[in-house]
This record gives sequence, structure tokens and C-alpha cells, in this order.
Amino acid sequence: MNGGAASTAHADPALAALWRDSLRAAALLAVDPPGLGGVALRAFPGPVREAWLEEWRALVGAAPVRRVPLHITESRLLGGLDLAATLRAGLPVTERGLLADCDGGFAILAMAERASRSTVAHLATALDRGELTLAREGIHGEVAARIALVALDEGQDDSEVLSPVLRDRLAFHLDLTPLSIRDLDEPPFDSADIEEARALLGAVTVSDEAVRALVATAMALGVGGVRACQFALAAARAAAALAGREAVDERDLDLAARLVLSPRATQIPAPPEEPPEPEEAPPEEPEQDDDQGGEDDDPPEPPDLDQPLEDRVLDAAAAAIPEALLASLEANAIQRSRGGAGGRSGVQQRSKLRGRPMGTFPGDPRQGARLSLIDTLRAAAPWQPLRRAGQAASGGGEGPGVIVQKDDFRVTRFRERTESTIIFVVDASGSAALHRLAEAKGAVELLLNDCYVRRDQVALIAFRGEGAEMLLPPTRSLVRAKRNLSALPGGGGTPLAGAIDAAASLAEHIQRRGGTPSVVFLTDARANITREGKAGRQQAFEEALAAATQLRVLDVRSMVIDTSPRPHPNAEALARSLAGRYLPLPHADAQSLRDTVEAVGV
Amino acid sequence: MALAYPFSAIVGQDEMKRALLIASVDQDVGGVLVFGDRGTGKSTAIRALAALMPKMAVVSGCPYNCDPEGPRPGLCAQCRPGEHHGAEKSRQEPMPVVDLPLGATEDRVIGALDLERALRDGEKAFEPGLLARAHRGFLYIDEVNLLEDHIVDALLDVAASGENVVEREGLSIRHPARFVLVGSGNPEEGELRPQLLDRFGLSVEVTTPQEIKARVEIVRLRDEFERDRSAFIKRFQRKEGKVRRQIQAARAHLESVDLPDAIVETAASLCMTLGTDGLRGELTLIRAARALAALEGAEAVTPQHLRTVAPSVLRHRLRRDPLDEAGSGARVGRAIEEVFDA
Repeated sequence: MNGGAASTAHADPALAALWRDSLRAAALLAVDPPGLGGVALRAFPGPVREAWLEEWRALVGAAPVRRVPLHITESRLLGGLDLAATLRAGLPVTERGLLADCDGGFAILAMAERASRSTVAHLATALDRGELTLAREGIHGEVAARIALVALDEGQDDSEVLSPVLRDRLAFHLDLTPLSIRDLDEPPFDSADIEEARALLGAVTVSDEAVRALVATAMALGVGGVRACQFALAAARAAAALAGREAVDERDLDLAARLVLSPRATQIPAPPEEPPEPEEAPPEEPEQDDDQGGEDDDPPEPPDLDQPLEDRVLDAAAAAIPEALLASLEANAIQRSRGGAGGRSGVQQRSKLRGRPMGTFPGDPRQGARLSLIDTLRAAAPWQPLRRAGQAASGGGEGPGVIVQKDDFRVTRFRERTESTIIFVVDASGSAALHRLAEAKGAVELLLNDCYVRRDQVALIAFRGEGAEMLLPPTRSLVRAKRNLSALPGGGGTPLAGAIDAAASLAEHIQRRGGTPSVVFLTDARANITREGKAGRQQAFEEALAAATQLRVLDVRSMVIDTSPRPHPNAEALARSLAGRYLPLPHADAQSLRDTVEAVGV
Repeated sequence: MALAYPFSAIVGQDEMKRALLIASVDQDVGGVLVFGDRGTGKSTAIRALAALMPKMAVVSGCPYNCDPEGPRPGLCAQCRPGEHHGAEKSRQEPMPVVDLPLGATEDRVIGALDLERALRDGEKAFEPGLLARAHRGFLYIDEVNLLEDHIVDALLDVAASGENVVEREGLSIRHPARFVLVGSGNPEEGELRPQLLDRFGLSVEVTTPQEIKARVEIVRLRDEFERDRSAFIKRFQRKEGKVRRQIQAARAHLESVDLPDAIVETAASLCMTLGTDGLRGELTLIRAARALAALEGAEAVTPQHLRTVAPSVLRHRLRRDPLDEAGSGARVGRAIEEVFDA
């Protein structure tokens, strides 16, 4: 059935097991698409992903499968007015959306990690309710959209992951990145197996102990929410059907826990059965057994009667917990804080094509703006009898159904909001600590309060001794920022250049993700540690100024708050190199500092 | 419309269920906001509410659900001049629970020129939007925190005035639009604008139950529902009927519930302790407590009623301190203890 799979003798057993589990997930999904929601497939485009999709496609059978392109418009996704038909008929003609076309089948979302928020929201609604309520472009009504989703996540690193809103609604989270074409194997099922399993599915029973075991396992793994348990239950039932059993037994529960619950784990149950070996492998190494736990189901292990069912299932799940769990947890946390609504204070751009719609205005769609069809027709509608009469009078024959003229055109204007992130770079060196570290901390706390009001994100970099340290990656959790800040000790040298470099690289990262960074330095600018970590006042300061110039090139708003006892030329020079504001920290309380900062308006 | 999960089959989440029932007994309580993690049954509960709502009398042919018994100024332009007020033909309609879907366009929300009639007959007619359909019922916004700003602005305006004024495309229309705003969302996906927060009478926070037993029950029931929806709904028919009768009885009984002066004083001192702005908190507190008393069939509002509703009424009205780790729920709890146990 499949050409890409080549079984070789020296394939890594763990990776072979991962591939087998991935195929099992594909089979389970084919058996019960509405019950399982779908799969989040993390893999780079390539032969492995193609092979998986091909296998899955072969198992699905006749159900419709549609690809949802990354930049699909809302009207195409949900349905809307059909422009050509409407103009021809002179009556509104609607076209079906892509989600309605997928009813009873699957949608494949390409580059799912970059999908826009509205695409994500509509897919989530369809997954939740199996139908869409439309209220747009003159249409009102409900459309059936019982879909399952294959979300292709091509994220390069942990800063690009599938939206948690969608992830949560998909039973399986597969990561095929460690696999190479050599690890692929013949599929264990074919479409006839799926057909039989589908027929059996309704009759499969689940005992109360089995449900209990799954729920207890989910809780031991720190899996929140009831949806995961429902998916696990559906997966176990599909697994039983696939194996031709009429009741779910512990093999099915093991598989369900491994495939559904383990990838969602937020804590490692104690005591772990096999402590994962510490592995510092570089990412290109395909050795990362991200989804271990793949002993085959046959021969089935004899059920251990002494051990309660839930412990058994938990063991199976724990063995499958990816080793990079902690790292992924952190990535999730970052992702979560990033996924928030557009900040109020970000750079607002009037955009022709992207962002949130602000309403429609008369305009010319040929200049790159997006035509608002419905409003254009509304504008044209009242004039139709007049125009038709005019056309008839001027001897024009039978024209189109609707006569639209240039000044009827309405375009949608969008407002793009980028989230702003304030990077605080706090000097915790000895010289600063002596003078006014405490005051600077107070000032930052007050500024954090403002960030809350403006819904900014904050990041915190501290520098002292030999280098700069990122205390807090960009977050909206001000509580964390406050906690990290108050725990910051003072003392040591002033590696100013290193700190500016760190701020610049963070700022660049934020810009690449479409955010607007600004940097606030709180320092006396008495640099005395060079980039190489050596002492040397003159060289250190020159390096700092050079680093500042680099930051300026990024076009980042910045500000230097001088924390030395009295205004110092160094800090002023730094501000000049940054092309930023210079503010001597006055001998006053933090409140007045805040007022100054507000007045300047970072 | 797909069959909805029955309200009475929802396990736990008592605060959310109570808030929804209170809002359906006394619509003037002013909206419910449900915030919580994903998969906690927020949308399920709200959509289940539709099945519980008693029918209401509507003027026949009125697109705005006008009440034939209602006071004249609150009626739409069509029904207002009717000579035989109270004697118009009316029909029984289910109370509307209107979904405002994400991605709804402004014209569908507030209403717009009827395109079909305009193109076909060259007639300028108004096509009512979601706000008109929601009059006298519920308007439900899922992911309310992700709603586009210009739609939020339009909603706030109408929710405050109870009237939808449309001035666009040469139309000049006003019609009544009084509805209970019900919003749900996940705070992790974005915060709600403070202006909108204030418009909700009650706010509840939902979390997943932490006991194994409750979770097993949820998973079990949900599974049963997914496997055979109509049989499941049939099984809960009697329980649903009970809740429906409870709402009806409470509505009839609401006006006769006694409100002792001591309760009003306690409500005032609770709000003062917490330093909430304005009188809206106190009024909502009293209304919600009275609705709860009516639901329980009590003759008078008791301190216990006040205490039960206080967290939902006050939680979102505090001035938020973003650096306070405990959150506003804990502060309300402390104030309640202070006032009631003094």
C-alpha cells in the first residue's frame, strides 16, 4: 500500500516504536474521527510526514479531505457571498465555506502553528459543536461541519507551536521530527480493518474501572480539563474495536494513555518507573526518543493482578513521557503568555490587508485594499432602478443583474496591532547596588503597574559580575516579574556591553515575531567588564557604546535611567549612542520617577 | 441545531449554574460572565440554558419579539401605534438564546439594509440583526475576550440603553433590544477590556473539579451523551422539567419576596468594605440575592442568600491590583467574613 516505507535491520527500536505508535494513532483517528477530534502532527515537510499522511489517507477511505491553506480568508472558510454569481443574478448568491465542505470528513491545516487567531477560533468551534453559526455577509444560519482536523505543525523551535486552543481539541499530539525515512515500517492496518472496527465501535463497552483508571492517570500526570479524559476514553474504545474486542481491556487503556495522556503531561508522576536518562543531545541528533514507551502490543503482557488497573495504566503512560518535558512545559508557558489579545499600546498600524477589521469605507479596491463585497452591494442596491432606467435610455441592452459603479466600492480597513514588550535591563553591579538598586527596583515595580494597564508584556534582564542574565522571558505575568526582581541580589562588576547585546538579541527576536520592543536601561553606565569577561574600564565602555549603536540600528525605542548618585556623563553618552532618552534618577521617590517616565512615554 | 447537552446533567460547577439561573429569573441582574480553563463546560452550560427557558408571548409578525403586554414606550415602531394595545394577535415563542459567533460582521449584529429586497425590488428595507433577535432573551458571546473592538463598542452601547439605533445606508431605525449578555472566555487567551467587565452583573470562575469521582462522572455522562444524544436527553427529561418549573415559579414569586432593611444595610457595608465604585454593585447584590431567594422558594431574603451571591457579584468589580498574587476572589472572601462574622 505504501512505497515510502523501507524496513531495514538496523533501525533504532525506539524510533521504530514511535513510528508504529504514530500509525496506530492514524488508525484510531480513522475509526472514530468525531470522537477524537484529530491530530496535531509536528513534523517538517518531508518524506516522513508524507508517508504518514499517505498511510492515514489510505485508512480514511471515502470521507472528504480538504486542505485549509494558511492565509484562507474568513469568507472562504465559513462561506459568504459569491461575487460573480451575485452580480450576474442580481440577487445575493452564497457559496459554501470550506469547513462545510469538510462535513463528515477531515480538514488538513497546513502550517498550523502560524494560523491566524480567527482561523483557529472557527476550527475550534467546528470541532466543539459539529456545526457553525453564521452571521456574516447577509447570511444567517447554521451549517453542519462535523470535522476532524489534521494540524500540520512545522514549527522550527519551541517559540512556534500550535495554538493551545486547537491543541487541546485534538486527541493525538504526534511528534515525527526525530524520525527519518529509515525508521519507517510497513503499516499494521489496512482500510478493511478500519471498516470492521467502525462497524464494531458502537458495541464496545467500557467498565467503570477503566474510566476510573484513565481519569486517575490523567490526574497523576497533571492533565487538566476533562476533554483529555474523553479523548483517552474514545481512543481506548477505538483501539478495542480495531482489535476486534467488544470490551475495552488494559491493552487498550495502555495505548490510550500513551497516545493521548502522556503528551499532555505537565508533571511526572512519582515515583517514575524508569527515570529518564539525562540527555543533552543537540537537536539535529535524531536520537531524542521523544515518544518512548513503544513496546509492541503483541505479545500482550500478562495483566498483573496484584497491581490496580490505574497504576498499570499510569506506568504505561509515564514510560511514554517525552524527555524534553520540562523544556516543553516552559515553551508552553511562554506560548501562553504570547497568545494574548493585542496589547493596547503596541504600534498601531492602519493596514490594508491584515489585522482586525475597523469597519468599511468608500475606497478603490485596486489599490491593494480588500473589497467588502456586501457593503459594496449595499451601496449599489438603492440605485439599481435608476441605473437600469438610465441604461435603457442610453440604448444599452440587457446589462448585468446588478450595476455597480466606481463610487459604490467599499473596502475594509484593518487595524493591525502589534504587542509591545518592555525589556527592563537592570544594573545589579556593585556600584549600582551601593547607590540605588533598591530605588531602581521600586521604580521598575511602578512601571510594571503601568504595563498592566497598557497590557504590555515585560521582560527582565539583569547584569552583574561577568555577564547578563535573562531573569524573565517576555511575559504578561507581572507577579512573576515582581518576584524575580525582588529576589535579585546586587554586587560584582558592570558588564554593560554584554547586557546591551542581550537586550538587542531579545529585541530582535521580538521584532521577528511581529512585536514592538522597547528597552529601559537602569544603570550608572560605569562599565568595567568587557565582552570577554575581563576587567578594563576604558575598553568596556567603548564596547558598550558600540553595542548601543548596534541596538540603535534595530530601531528600538530606548531610554537610559541613570542610577548614579548624580548625573554621570557615561550614562548620557550611552543614551546618545542609543538615540534614546536620558533620565537621571532624581533624588526622589520612585513615584516621581514613574511620573517622569510616563511623561516621556516609553 | 444539534441537540444540546441537558443543563441538569452538568456535574458540579454550582456557582456557574446558580448564576445562570439567577439571570434567567431576573433579567435585570445584568449579564453573566463565565471565565475559566478550556474544557470546563462553560459553553455547554450556557447552550443548555436555551432548553430551560419558558415560552413568552410575542406580538405576531413583529421581528423584534415585542411583548403584547409590555409598556408602550418599550415597543418597536411597528407595535407602538397599535390602537388595540394588549389585544394584538400574539403567539408563544421560546425565549431566544442567540449565539454571537466569532467573526460575526457588524451588519449582522446591528442589522442592515435588506440586500435581497433592495436588489430585487429596489426597496429600502431593514433587515434586523442579532440584537433584534436577542430582545427579551439571552445574547451569548463565546470567547468574549477575543471579540473585535468595534463590535464590542456597538454591543456596549445597546446593552446600556436597551435600544438599538441604526443609522446607516440611508436607514434610520430604532428598535428595543434588551437582553441578558452572557459571555465566556479563557483568561489565558487575552484579558477582557475593563469597560466590558463592568457591564456584567455576575461573574464566575470555573475550574475542573479536582476529585476523581466527579471527573469520572463527567467523563461517563459526556460519553453516554455523545453515543446516543436523544436517549440521553430523554433520560434527563424529568430533571430538566424540574429546573424549568423552578425558574417559572421563581419568576412568578420574585416580586413578593420580602427584602428586610438589615439586608440592604449589610449589602451596603460589604460594598464599602471592598471599596467598589458606584452603586451598581449594591443594586446587583440585592437583586441577585432576591432572585436566589425566589429560586429557593423563600419568603424573604436572608443573610445566607446575600453571602452566597456576593462572590459572583463583587469579584469583578474590585479595582485590580496586578501585583496581588491572591486574586480578587480571596479579597471578596475576606470582606465577606469581616462583614458577616463581625
